[in-house]
Amino acid sequence: MNDIATDATAAPAIGPPHWLLAELTYRCPLHCVFCYNPVDFAKHEDELTTAEWLRVLREAREIGAVQCGFSGGEPLQRNDLEILVAEAHRLGYYTNLITSGIGLNEQRIGWLKEAGLDHIQLSFQDSTREVNDFLSSTRTFDLKRKAAGLIKAYGYSMVLNCVIHRLNIDHIDRIIALAVELEADYLELANTQFYSWAHLNRDQLLPTREQLVHAEAVTNQWREKLGSKMKIFFVVPDYYESRPKKCMNGWGNVFMTIAPDGVALPCHTARMLPGLAFPSVREQNVRDIWYASEGFNRFRGTGWMKEPCATCPEREKDLGGCRCQAYMLAQDPAAADPVCDKSPRHAELVATVDRLQTPREDAAVIPLVFRGRKESLAADRLF
Amino acid sequence: MQAATDTPPSDRNLPRIGRGFRLQWEPAQSAHVLLYPEGMVKLNASAGEILVRCDGVTPVDSIVADLEKRFATIGLERDVRAFLDLAAEQRWVEWV
Repeated sequence: MNDIATDATAAPAIGPPHWLLAELTYRCPLHCVFCYNPVDFAKHEDELTTAEWLRVLREAREIGAVQCGFSGGEPLQRNDLEILVAEAHRLGYYTNLITSGIGLNEQRIGWLKEAGLDHIQLSFQDSTREVNDFLSSTRTFDLKRKAAGLIKAYGYSMVLNCVIHRLNIDHIDRIIALAVELEADYLELANTQFYSWAHLNRDQLLPTREQLVHAEAVTNQWREKLGSKMKIFFVVPDYYESRPKKCMNGWGNVFMTIAPDGVALPCHTARMLPGLAFPSVREQNVRDIWYASEGFNRFRGTGWMKEPCATCPEREKDLGGCRCQAYMLAQDPAAADPVCDKSPRHAELVATVDRLQTPREDAAVIPLVFRGRKESLAADRLF
Repeated sequence: MQAATDTPPSDRNLPRIGRGFRLQWEPAQSAHVLLYPEGMVKLNASAGEILVRCDGVTPVDSIVADLEKRFATIGLERDVRAFLDLAAEQRWVEWV
């Protein structure tokens, strides 16, 4: 079962997991059309208890994890968040909260600060009330402005993350202006990548080439104007690249996600991959999961690769790209990521992107699927 | 960047670990590390020894003297100051 791990030529020594991402809950007051939680999230609602999370934090720290992210869903939905942050801080983690800001009030941010929370990343859907409410399907915009104010007032750096797609990319100028108004230190303009709910809504969310070129030009004008005052990251959709990303900096290399129900994953979307048994922290300790489980060893290193990756001179650079994207686009998790123009399936992806340059005649009648419990329970697919 | 460019050299006397950074000894790395949002810098031994002394109340002169005593050597001032300037550029330290 662990033949890959024991083959010294294929798998170099396994280092510690630097990053522990604790997805505390799939519950969320928002209904984002690009959510990366699994489409069938409502079938995995048996959340770990406080005591179980405390054990996970200890076990991962013991094998060298140093960064701890608390996300979800919306992590503020868990009322034991402060307890978990305090323990993570005490154990020596650098603690990060990844939040929509819904549920953040003066009392909670005060408690979190006291618990030792180091860093907050706040997500924004868009800069206008109309589009923001449309895209998150609730009236949240004013709440987010308030959350941003609290984050600043409590001495945190302001890191804004805005997910970009076809429906809001033309507002990028106003989005950046809003970030400036909120005195953001960092702004991440992250184009939607097509996993989970975003994949369901792909035809409506992929920006056109023209939109991307325009948005990058606007971003560059702001960068020039702002200098070092605010750092802006612009992340292009994978679909427009010709080489794949080194996904998660390598499978089972530095990153471990624990899903709300305790399933341990090499990335937050890997749950969709067929034929892989990902262990639960309820059954196995974190050390065994990281070093010895089939799920974490399956795509470590380069030994699992097929052609064209196996003999590719760039194989160490990108490690074949994203396993989930390979599965979604080429129906094989061990294939080359079709984002790569060396993949035999790349032409199909290019054809899809070309087709989506012009909106479909019937676009108005294809409804966006908003993330929701009812939709999740009815889902007959995993991505 | 403000710390490195806006503070005149004569005022660069009291270094402390930069806001948002955390310095700690990491047994799994057998090294001091600096943690910051979503990242980590593994420090070599001398960088670690300098940074653990950057507490915001100890002047650079005393840090140098302490290091020279600890390692039974002299003439470290230039290296320490050069490192601190570099560290300030990276925002690992800021000047009080």
